[in-house]
Amino acid sequence: MAAVEQIFRATEAAGFGSLIRRSEAVAVPVLALIVGAAVFGLFLLTQGKSPVDFIAYVWQGGFGSAFSWQNTLSRAAPLLMAAMCVALPARLGLVVIGGEGAIVLGGVATGALGAHLAWAPAPLGITLMVIAAMAVGGIWIGMAGALRHYRGVNETISSLLLSYTAIALMNHLVEGPLRDPASLNKPSTAPLAETMRVGPLPGMDVHWGLALGVLACILCWILIERTAWGFAARIAGGNVRAAQVQGLAVGKLVIGFTALGGAIAGLAGFFEVSTVHGSANASLAAGYGYTGILIAFLARQNTLAIIPVAILLAGIEASSGLVQRRMGLPDATMQVLQGIVFISILMSDAAYGRLAIFKPKGN
Amino acid sequence: MESDLGLWAIPLAVIGGAIRVSTPILFVSLGETLTERSGRINLGLEGTLVFGAMAAYATAVLSGSPWLGVLVGALCGAVFGLIHGVICSIPKVNDIAIGIAMMLLGTGLAFYFGKPFIQPVAPDLPAIPLGWWSDLPQVQAALNVNVLFVIGLIAALALAWALRATRPGLILRVVGDSTDAARAMGLRPAMIRTMATAIGGAFAGIGGSYLSLYYPGSWNEGISSGQGLMAVALVIFARWSPINCFWAALLFGGAGALGPALQSVGVTQGYYLFYAAPYILTLGVLIATSSTSRALTGAPGELSITK
Repeated sequence: MAAVEQIFRATEAAGFGSLIRRSEAVAVPVLALIVGAAVFGLFLLTQGKSPVDFIAYVWQGGFGSAFSWQNTLSRAAPLLMAAMCVALPARLGLVVIGGEGAIVLGGVATGALGAHLAWAPAPLGITLMVIAAMAVGGIWIGMAGALRHYRGVNETISSLLLSYTAIALMNHLVEGPLRDPASLNKPSTAPLAETMRVGPLPGMDVHWGLALGVLACILCWILIERTAWGFAARIAGGNVRAAQVQGLAVGKLVIGFTALGGAIAGLAGFFEVSTVHGSANASLAAGYGYTGILIAFLARQNTLAIIPVAILLAGIEASSGLVQRRMGLPDATMQVLQGIVFISILMSDAAYGRLAIFKPKGN
Repeated sequence: MESDLGLWAIPLAVIGGAIRVSTPILFVSLGETLTERSGRINLGLEGTLVFGAMAAYATAVLSGSPWLGVLVGALCGAVFGLIHGVICSIPKVNDIAIGIAMMLLGTGLAFYFGKPFIQPVAPDLPAIPLGWWSDLPQVQAALNVNVLFVIGLIAALALAWALRATRPGLILRVVGDSTDAARAMGLRPAMIRTMATAIGGAFAGIGGSYLSLYYPGSWNEGISSGQGLMAVALVIFARWSPINCFWAALLFGGAGALGPALQSVGVTQGYYLFYAAPYILTLGVLIATSSTSRALTGAPGELSITK
């Protein structure tokens, strides 16, 4: 620690004081992650399981080989987009947790449309499906934003209620009006026409969703940090009254940012159907929306930081099967880990500005 | 017999269903009322409900006593509430976000420990046959009221009285309305809020035990599907009044029972859409009762959700 302190002071003396303050924003969440993992390790010990084995299997299953990396990156794609659905509204001070609903409906829209697009050339058909999925997701989460702005309805509760409604709606459509009679065991929409399936990225066995997810993270970072819109959103997130006094269109910002977040989550639904499942069914409600909440909080709502955090969480989820088989742990183990890390990261909010090492001393 | 009732079977099944379905919602909303009256919101009661359901079921399977299950469910709920309360007492920690995390952790732990208990059968909680006067089996079935429902009703009345007329009730309301006023009176707001959250968690744990030990009466991972969260939303609709919580829970129980009631008379169209009815009703109620311009009547002053 003393060595770190020395490096910090030297950096400060060289005129890079802001670098140290920024390093706090990285160090605190990383510490919280380590503390959370340690608490989870204790939990494993009470269960008579070895935390060392756990880490070894997570490494092997998530990051240890080319195959596990493919698996991890494929899972990272929907997680990146789900996290954006939390992080974008968060810049306005809103806690939206209903991304799962947007993913599910985006997938249903893709499946419903894609089954009837055999006539269309691939670029046109895929564009139509993307537009439909993003529109549905955007409207769904945008509703939570609009309710918040016009009626003062708490967006956390309303977005989760909308998400439950979306899942019920998907079950209704997939079991009823949109059901493919050929899908016996697992009710699904009719499979997408073969030309409407999106293939893997060149040279990898990972689908295009990953590239689009990373691109969306970068574009949203530019939107928030480098444009007037993002600046206005950050002001409104800090103080709504101040933003209104400045004449900022808070309503448009609230609805716009929630709808954009929902549209990106809807895009995740599109990729799940067009690359992984081939038709819309109950597998769409795989919990990506909930993991996305944790990712956004771990990344401190910074859309660039979401990229590494999403890959980390995707790797942990990708290793779930291996951990279950080799250690005899139930699948809910990963949810326990996520819950503990989530609490730890939220508690770390209290640590900001309190760790002496990050305080500038020079001036 | 079935066909004699005709369409009357629907309202009868809805009333019976309302009584059956409303009990867990009633307990969770009573617990949340207590917590919110102290100035904190615990969104994690969904997780507490699910964990309470698992703990109660497991206890009943292992011990053979459903009432011991209810007790363990309540104790587990209190522990979850205590964790939420203690963490939220740390400065700068957001109670809504902690609630989301507790929701995730509670359901995760419940699924983790509940895996071995999906198969075994636990003894049910007893019901009181209030329909003895009727010959119709449908009426008897509808009025088969569980003991916990009666306890919930008594708890609602007792809580309303305690909040209005007792010293602890007054202390709770002061803490909920103004931290500064509470401090000036020499009270310790953080501790009182933590206690209120713990007791609220115990209520949710009891609600969970009803789910697994009476209706639907088994333990599985889809047992709650958002009832805990709806109950939290209902507290706003009920204006933080325990008596209103009772009526609101009945209303929601009725909405939840509509789908199965229609199915019992042969309406199977859009069955899954009826699953969505309680969510849409909750949302409608929230839209109707929220407002951007005026403060919500009856809302505790320190509540972050209404600020």
